[in-house]
Amino acid sequence: MSARITLATALRVGSQLIRDRRTLALVVVVPPGLIALLDYIFDQQPQAFERVGPPLVGMFPLIMMFLITSIAMLRERTTGTLERLMSMPLSKLDLLAGYGLAFALVAAVQATITAGVAFGLLDMPAEGPIWALVALAVANAVLGMALGLFLSAFATSEFQAVQFMPAFILPQLLLAGLFVPRDQMPDVLETISDFLPFTYAYDALAKVAVDDFDGRLWLDVGVVCGCIVLALVLGAMTLRRRTA
Amino acid sequence: MAPDSKPPAIEVRDLRVRRGGNLVLGGISLDVPRGVVTGLLGPSGSGKTTLMRSVVGVQIVEAGALTVLGEPAGAPALRRRVGYVTQAPSVYADLTVRENLSYFARVADVPQRRIGEVVANVGLGPQEGQVVGTLSGGERGRASLAAALLADPEVLVLDEPTVGLDPVLRRELWGTFHSLADAGKALLVSTHVMDEAERCDELVLMRAGEIVASGAPDRLRAETGTGDIESAFLALAEGEGTSR
Repeated sequence: MSARITLATALRVGSQLIRDRRTLALVVVVPPGLIALLDYIFDQQPQAFERVGPPLVGMFPLIMMFLITSIAMLRERTTGTLERLMSMPLSKLDLLAGYGLAFALVAAVQATITAGVAFGLLDMPAEGPIWALVALAVANAVLGMALGLFLSAFATSEFQAVQFMPAFILPQLLLAGLFVPRDQMPDVLETISDFLPFTYAYDALAKVAVDDFDGRLWLDVGVVCGCIVLALVLGAMTLRRRTA
Repeated sequence: MAPDSKPPAIEVRDLRVRRGGNLVLGGISLDVPRGVVTGLLGPSGSGKTTLMRSVVGVQIVEAGALTVLGEPAGAPALRRRVGYVTQAPSVYADLTVRENLSYFARVADVPQRRIGEVVANVGLGPQEGQVVGTLSGGERGRASLAAALLADPEVLVLDEPTVGLDPVLRRELWGTFHSLADAGKALLVSTHVMDEAERCDELVLMRAGEIVASGAPDRLRAETGTGDIESAFLALAEGEGTSR
């Protein structure tokens, strides 16, 4: 692994994003826009909003980075640039870390703007420290990126990659406790949710939002970090130097 | 009739490759010498690309031995010494020519001043600051070729590098190939255009995953008693296997 190649890759991925002004605009405008919409929807139910609002700030980067990364990686595979890189002196980790670095930076900007709008403009109530929510949002973005990288190996077209959002993201979001607290779900679903990374990502955010820094929070953070490493390792295994 | 006393740059022995259940290369053997341009001539589907992918080490091979510069094909040490240009241009369409080359130069660990040289080599000077996606097909192909030239590789594997180029440019690029060969590099260039075959020092005629004949164009013509390579190819394909 080489710091030179990792940084060069991060710079290249960053330049590609910056060139694509519309994507960049969507990345920073959509999450705050949705938060504002939620704020309005929950106008008559401020208590419900207090429960789901703050954690959502940290969930958007997960979803967006998952989508962006799976498409970006699929493009690398289909346009032959991945094959070129694999025939060059670049280690798979350089590529993965380069993507991670670039997208973590984008996620930090996205989460900061979203948090700024939510807690500054909309006066969304949060008992916990906002910096911790933003930090978790960045970790979630890296998790989304790692999952997207891994799952993109199983898509052979953009059509398929986009479907991974309703197929893998939506069920996890439903089971994470965002809509119905997990202990109020049927036992089967609660048990299933124990095995899904989103559960821990959401739980950590919910804990921080109510300023509840207990042991369970550190377990959540640990599981999220573990899932990042696992997805990156699995993702690296899907990058093949030789193909059929 | 080795034009160079050194061992061949590429040695292929009984190479067999299967893709999607079909035997694409049925046990072929071939030497590619240094210091000359070796043309790989054959119709679409004859196995040219598969042979080239095997040489670069990105193809899963069923049987046979493949040595490049004394190392097994695909060995990590070869990633700096072998340049590969795929049929479809493998450059980032959303970056400029310069940004692309700058990234690949960092990955290959060559100084950024090489960019100007390779851009001049492929005649892309005026388009250097242009986004690749806005270039013509031929210009994209040359950007892809420029990326492969960056590391000044000893072996260059070029898959149909002159498709869609105007005749003047094609002649210029063949001039570039020959000056690289004069500098001692080994070039393996595939084409299905017969008049390009005349520009090669050595020719390998392929058909249906087998090598029909190989040798210098003059010799192939003389042996078949034909006036041009196309007729020689036809004569050879119709059964009178010869040469080596």
